[in-house]
Amino acid sequence: MTGRRVALLSGALVLLVVVAVVGVGIGAHHVPVVEVVRALLDHNGSPDHVVVRDVRAPRALLAVGAGAALAVAGVLIQVLMRNPLAEPGVLGVTAGAGFAITAGSALGLAASPAGELGAAVAGAVIATLLVYSVGRRSPLRLVLTGVALTAVLSGLSLGLRLLLPDVFDRYRFWSVGSLAGREQAPNTVPLLVIAVAVACALLLARQLDAVELGETVAQTLGVNVHRVRLAALVLITVLSGAATAIAGPILFVGLMVPHLARRFAGSSVPWLTAFAAVLGPVLLLVADIGSRVLLPTGEVPVAIVTAFLGGPVLIWAVRRHGAVAAA
Amino acid sequence: MTARLTARELTLRYGDRVVSARLTLDVPDGAFTAIVGPNACGKSTLLRAFVRLLKPADGQVTLDDRDVTAYPTKALARSLGFLPQDPVAPEDIRVRQLVARGRFPHQSLLSTWSAADEDAVTAAMEAAGVEDLADRPVHQLSGGQRQRTWIAVVLAQDTPYLLLDEPTSFLDITHQYQLLELLGGLRDQGRTVIAVLHDINQACRYADHLVAMKEGRIVAEGAAADIVDAVLLKEVFELPCVVVPDPVTGTPMVVPLPGASS
Repeated sequence: MTGRRVALLSGALVLLVVVAVVGVGIGAHHVPVVEVVRALLDHNGSPDHVVVRDVRAPRALLAVGAGAALAVAGVLIQVLMRNPLAEPGVLGVTAGAGFAITAGSALGLAASPAGELGAAVAGAVIATLLVYSVGRRSPLRLVLTGVALTAVLSGLSLGLRLLLPDVFDRYRFWSVGSLAGREQAPNTVPLLVIAVAVACALLLARQLDAVELGETVAQTLGVNVHRVRLAALVLITVLSGAATAIAGPILFVGLMVPHLARRFAGSSVPWLTAFAAVLGPVLLLVADIGSRVLLPTGEVPVAIVTAFLGGPVLIWAVRRHGAVAAA
Repeated sequence: MTARLTARELTLRYGDRVVSARLTLDVPDGAFTAIVGPNACGKSTLLRAFVRLLKPADGQVTLDDRDVTAYPTKALARSLGFLPQDPVAPEDIRVRQLVARGRFPHQSLLSTWSAADEDAVTAAMEAAGVEDLADRPVHQLSGGQRQRTWIAVVLAQDTPYLLLDEPTSFLDITHQYQLLELLGGLRDQGRTVIAVLHDINQACRYADHLVAMKEGRIVAEGAAADIVDAVLLKEVFELPCVVVPDPVTGTPMVVPLPGASS
């Protein structure tokens, strides 16, 4: 069992590298794979190499970071809520970031990529603090509070955007999750934060294995359930906040990838987390390649590609879940 | 009989509702203790207080003369194993994987799965009679198989104390007796078993020490043969009955009288 998982995870890692390298070459300006590798290892300043190093590779790195963050956050929220249909957005993180971008634009604070990023992070953190302070007693309460806050913030954002046309324009570009053009923003910090948070999630995973058995059993197995829940919530906020900051709201990755990962990882949360951290980037890289080649000119925002992929997967997950419940 | 696990002047309550007041109980070591009593008499609450799921409003639960609240969570989990009434397994989990999760208190943050863990899981599945089900998804099992799987989870935890809240409910009569035999066997291996049981005759037959509770108080405790008679049954369960010797074991057997419900 473990041997099989190690083999599968290694395979997924190889797939990730291949998709990343091949994907970097694909786009309006095609770069052969050999040149991609040479641009990364032996940069000679040719136009091909500049495109690879300054635009495509950073963009691929963003896809890897955002994909891993959303997928791992998805695993955490599904395990925490004991609900296979939960996704990170239910805690109000995405709506908080969206509202902060809107309000920031209205006040002229989010004009630069760095400003946008700062506003998104601040919004995500404040929204989570609000949701947690109201709903900390139980997971169900958290979700209800998150959904309520999302409704309020979305309404406020919409009102602001309808009143202020140029805010609307700015928000329009942000709100469709995309990786295009975002590689120029200062992304080092969010990417580092994601790397640390994913590592913490892997360390927390074994405790979550026990939490999955219910609060009573987990407690008598020696898990401090409240502390583990709090840690998981912090990680979910940080991960989805950072992903939203670098890529805008990308739905479905957090919902979809955990289900794919479950096929390989079974029920073990540590394995689930590891597979999600590899498959999330693969999915987002593939979707980003799709976003660059689906239209003859221009790009489809990556969030639209993931939504197209996500719909069918969601239906599949619901049907499968229904089958289990009926058995 | 010595006691290492005790309740001292324990007051337990949910919000303003007092369940038990100043309850004291010594759990005899290495014995099978059964707690019996009518519904809502505080049996389960007492069990939850023993495993620190409920914080006493007053008094304390002690293990080896030390308040259980003073133990680190994992250390306590290596001493006291607990099976609640209706545990829920995660979706898609298989029997062996579920049983393996019972090893949690024996693992540290970075330790990998050890040979000792593997042995404990295999032994637990054998003892609970679920080794043939190891690769089956838990949600496909029958009620009896599922209950035995959960027993194996607690056995894998490898604790000297086993506390079980109505472990025989949802089981048919054959599986009920199999489970009680299993618990008796664990006691014979030196473990201390404390179970809330619904069936008074089963409790009389298998328990070394019987605790009868009513309205949060302990009405009587001791060997079944010494305490169970028609007077006690009338007092605790308000059940008119005669008590005769069990034809097989000689332990007390309760036979209700006609019209007992009126």
